[in-house]
Amino acid sequence: MDLDLTEDQEAIREVFAGFFSYETGPERARAAEPHGFDTRAWDRLMQTGAPGMGVAESSGGGGATLADLTVVVEEAGAHIAALPLVDHMVAARLLATVGACDADVLAGATIIGLALRPPVDGVARTVPTGAVARRVVALDGDALVLIDGDPGDHLENHGCLPLAHRPLAGATVLAAGPDAVDAYRRALDEWRALTASTLVGMTRTALDLGVDYAKERQQFGRPIGSFQAIQHLLADLPGLLDGARLITAKAAWAGDRAVAGQTGMADMGDNEITDFAALACMALVSAGEAAATSTDRSLHVHGGYGFSEEYDIQLYFRRARALTMVLDDPARECRRLADMLLTGQATGATA
Amino acid sequence: MDFSLSPSAVDFRAEVKAFIAEHLTAEVVDQMHATGTFNDKAFNAALADAGLLAGAVPGYGDRDPIELYILFNELEKAGAPYDGLAVTMLVAGVVNAVGTDFHRTRVLEKLLTGRLNCCLGYSEPDHGSDVASITTKAVRDGDEWVITGQKMWTTMAHVSDWVILLTRTNPGVPRHKGLTMFLVPMDTPGIEVQPVPTMATERTNATFYDEVRVGDEWRLGEVDGGWAVMGVALAFERGVMGGTNPAVPLLRHVRDWAGGAASPDGGTMLQDPLLRERLARTAIGNQVSQLLTLRAAWIAATGGLPGLEGSMAKLYATGRYQQAVGWFQEMAGAEGLLSFGVDAAAADGWIDYDARHAPVTTIYGGTTEINRNNVAERHLGLPRDR
Repeated sequence: MDLDLTEDQEAIREVFAGFFSYETGPERARAAEPHGFDTRAWDRLMQTGAPGMGVAESSGGGGATLADLTVVVEEAGAHIAALPLVDHMVAARLLATVGACDADVLAGATIIGLALRPPVDGVARTVPTGAVARRVVALDGDALVLIDGDPGDHLENHGCLPLAHRPLAGATVLAAGPDAVDAYRRALDEWRALTASTLVGMTRTALDLGVDYAKERQQFGRPIGSFQAIQHLLADLPGLLDGARLITAKAAWAGDRAVAGQTGMADMGDNEITDFAALACMALVSAGEAAATSTDRSLHVHGGYGFSEEYDIQLYFRRARALTMVLDDPARECRRLADMLLTGQATGATA
Repeated sequence: MDFSLSPSAVDFRAEVKAFIAEHLTAEVVDQMHATGTFNDKAFNAALADAGLLAGAVPGYGDRDPIELYILFNELEKAGAPYDGLAVTMLVAGVVNAVGTDFHRTRVLEKLLTGRLNCCLGYSEPDHGSDVASITTKAVRDGDEWVITGQKMWTTMAHVSDWVILLTRTNPGVPRHKGLTMFLVPMDTPGIEVQPVPTMATERTNATFYDEVRVGDEWRLGEVDGGWAVMGVALAFERGVMGGTNPAVPLLRHVRDWAGGAASPDGGTMLQDPLLRERLARTAIGNQVSQLLTLRAAWIAATGGLPGLEGSMAKLYATGRYQQAVGWFQEMAGAEGLLSFGVDAAAADGWIDYDARHAPVTTIYGGTTEINRNNVAERHLGLPRDR
């Protein structure tokens, strides 16, 4: 047992905390609205190697583990980077498993996205990065397909994400059959874990914004942070934040173990869960809830200013909600988890 | 990060599980709920004889605190009577941290046999969360101290051999600075124990101290240094020693009940989508509670005192437990009200039991409000308001 980051991960954290702090942040996120894509920051990010860092070295990537990637994207979330990083990382890893990850994708010169849900009537609907990604991977029946073309028309939305519908017409089949389906499911679980980590970063900054404002804002002749009613709204959040970060880290750990061929278990009666698919789902629900609670309470502590466009907390509030829901209703995610836990067959991508 | 237990911790857990399978009989469980005493001396003694208690004292010897976490977590998950043992081992940890050779020989070594118990004498009828204001007084008389006052919520006092007693020794200084801790043998003349029944199955006590005389050798820590001793005790209490996974047995009971319970909508309750969602949400809460607790244990294992992390674990875990209990009792309908031993009781009465027990979990061991104050002031750095 070791609950610290490795030395390498500490170094990664430091580099990317610096990068996202300098190149992204609320002002850049605001400037990127409503489209939700910061072109300049993406160009700079390409120079760090981040877009291909999660692809195996044998496929020309940086060979980073899922656990390493959670460290990177937590910082992206904390600085509300308007970048399609999680989807690109996950889709690039998925492409590599079928031998289709080329140099442009590795470098990030071609942005690739992931359709999270089955296409309906030949269209992958509301793809999270569909308005910026040229290429999108989708699962059509049991076929893993690649859409390649101009990004779709941006759909104006709650979180200012680069959402777009993407027709499947002209898509090429990368692989088909049970292995293709398993690879896609594994990618979705990686998306859950990395999106959870992004949400952890947003939870963290939302809490900091609320605490800073409560220390500074004076009413009745005192900082509002001295009132117990305000303190207790905020005091629940560190446990939610740390709990979400721990379960996300555990999910990534299980995901990396699964790659190494170690299967996990999911015994809800004994509270022993090491299965990647179950933990990825738990991480997303948990981080989504932490982000919703943290952004909501922090916004409330800001009073009317929290509701105004001028203050940063509303950016986090809307983005957190959108990232939590773009896959599905969390209640349905929970029912999916129940199916895994109650059948005792929660093998996910580890089988 | 690495979430796998060390090989020795895995072995230890297997030993604990095997012990529980052998010794936690239906009679032991029935007895604990029938008497309200969540302490079983024979069970404790067997644990000690199996060599499983030495690792259960926080900070003692070279055992890994992860083992301490494992022991209490397994006992809690199994629904074993561990409350008395947890308090006893907590006192053992405090004695180990601040006690004298006399305390170690006379108390610690005996506690490790599993055959003797301690209880906590902090709260009073008029001083609960504001424990620094307690008024039970200890007055020096030569080599002895004379203690007079009353303590409340002295759970396990009726089966205990010692009480650790927070007393006021100096009324002339600010309240935190005039406190002294004593370890008092319960058979000392002048101590009276009265039962306090509760709305759940567990019993607690009020204890009365009428000119109780103890020698100075029973003082724990410095004269007027009782607050520092409290700090050690509280850091051990919150998080690491059970109390953060009560929803694990609840979830198991509800799952097993739901598979055989007909739903008024047709099918079984286990097929009800809302019940399935709530089972999953509870399973998530159980995992996160476990991880927050493991973190506190891990901090203790690496030389820290996990006071704040324990507060966070307790806040999170008890809130989730109460939420889950509320959901499942409602979903069990009228049968969710039926108690142990009653025909047709949902989950054989466990839902009613948990619904009775749950309210105390955000009160004892530091209320939710006290824990929030801790986190707000010491973790978030918000201005103190008391």
